[in-house]
Amino acid sequence: MISGKGGTGKTSITASFAMLARDAVVADCDVDAPDLHLILEPEIIRREDFSGGKLARIDADRCLACGTCSRVCRSYAITRDGPGNEHTKSTFRVDPIACEGCGVCTWFCPENAIDFSPAVNGEVFISRSRRGPLVHAKLGIGQGNSGKLVSAVRQAARHYAERHGFKRIITDGSPGIGCPVIASITGANAVLIVTEPTMTAIHDMERVAGLVARFRIPAMICINKWDLNVALSERIEDNARRLGMSLAGKVEYDDVITDAQIACKAVVEFKENGCAAQVRSLWHTLENSLLGNGQA
Amino acid sequence: MKIAIASGKGGTGKTCVATSLAFVAAASRRVTYLDCDVEEPNGAILLKPSFEEARSATVSVPRVEPALCTGCGKCTEVCQYGAILSLNRRVLVFPHLCHGCGGCWLVCPNRAIRESAREIGQISFGWAGEIRFVQGLLNLGEAMSPPLICQVKAAAPSAGLVIIDSPPGTTCPVIESVRDVDYVILVTEPTPFGLHDLKMAVDLLRVLGRRFGVVINRARETEGLTSRYCEEEGIDILARIPDDRRVAEAYSRGELICGVAPAYEGLFAALLARVESQGPSERSLAGVMER
Repeated sequence: MISGKGGTGKTSITASFAMLARDAVVADCDVDAPDLHLILEPEIIRREDFSGGKLARIDADRCLACGTCSRVCRSYAITRDGPGNEHTKSTFRVDPIACEGCGVCTWFCPENAIDFSPAVNGEVFISRSRRGPLVHAKLGIGQGNSGKLVSAVRQAARHYAERHGFKRIITDGSPGIGCPVIASITGANAVLIVTEPTMTAIHDMERVAGLVARFRIPAMICINKWDLNVALSERIEDNARRLGMSLAGKVEYDDVITDAQIACKAVVEFKENGCAAQVRSLWHTLENSLLGNGQA
Repeated sequence: MKIAIASGKGGTGKTCVATSLAFVAAASRRVTYLDCDVEEPNGAILLKPSFEEARSATVSVPRVEPALCTGCGKCTEVCQYGAILSLNRRVLVFPHLCHGCGGCWLVCPNRAIRESAREIGQISFGWAGEIRFVQGLLNLGEAMSPPLICQVKAAAPSAGLVIIDSPPGTTCPVIESVRDVDYVILVTEPTPFGLHDLKMAVDLLRVLGRRFGVVINRARETEGLTSRYCEEEGIDILARIPDDRRVAEAYSRGELICGVAPAYEGLFAALLARVESQGPSERSLAGVMER
């Protein structure tokens, strides 16, 4: 589940799919802003530290303030504002948020005063939710490597599914087209792009559709809030056809989606008709067309 | 003064707020709009600038001169990203994995590796009326947006008001977007998802030491939890944009919400005045000096 533009309804629709699917592991790959757990109420059964890379740290006792590290660092991560010692009034210090973990400073430090060891950037959770297994994650504050964390979530979901006989993985992706999105769709059998009839969402949908096409993954479109602008919805359908994607379904603009979220429920368990029925039929269309082979 | 508009959760209305602020500010002063949401830049759809120039944005990658390479493998040893592999005296470079840290060309004892450039996107320059408009656009298939965001921000003039439309989320692209800004406006929506992601964004900005306030978009009577959170945490609620279908419809057509009703222009003028009254932050000035 991806969208290009944020806030088009990926997570609301994924939560409903989680309610409707049998035999599915749900993976929350939107590690920048993970929200599925608010609906699925997971109980964590296993947690693992995630390390996406290493981090440099200068030993203030051994630093002679020669400045080599700061000269070779291209991330502007090293400044001379560390504590002083017997050799110098102020040592160099690595800003852990700006550090890219390239290790070049460590390599060149003539005093071997820079430690370079794996950083813990976050945690991956495997949970029992009120609707089947959920794999999710928490990235440490200010930590990078979200693409690698997404890959870790995806792999954990896959292992869990294989070990416990689940046929499907439903992945909630993040907005954009960058590394977390690329990591989310890697290995997917099919992609659903959730869009809405706004000029901005159309622009973003076409960009993300271009990305999906490069990965040669079959994609379908869902138009959320379709009646907000009927003319634009028609345009999305035309564009989708042109891009070789079929329409999986349309969901109307209704406050009930927000009301369901406020009640921490998926819309399909909150209401029977209207947009809840449309989300149900969306799921059935997906099941029949994209997921028919039972691999996705 | 540099103001970044960020959010945590996507689709809460960052671009709506950013474009409207630029619009009301342009009536009285010099404004530059930097679209740093380079994966999905949307500011241009609302402000409709005419672009007059585009430049290629590049990152540094290694280029190996095979005649000079002895196959010592030092480059592979230093690289943390698996972007350069030395196999039987042949060196393979994987440019998409490269972070441009420069390690390989610095360690190469034979000067067989040179720094070269690889395009990752475009930076376009133009005008939307009186607003100077700069946009970054990441090429499809590129994973890393921060170097492009950094280059878009380098286009900011030192004077006047700079409005930065940041990408959603709470990781590297956002950190790069809010680096060195004077103030961050966090746009949220009063839902459990909006609140959860707002908290993540607040945690991040506190670690980064940025000053910030909150705009509640699509405000409805159920916003209690969001207001209470802000109150308990001592966070300013700068403005509330009502949940108004007319706004959603105008936005769907790619129009500024200032045009929906005169009250909206007043709302954004008040928001701007409130943020500008905070003045430039000393910390961000110091940061600029350092670099």
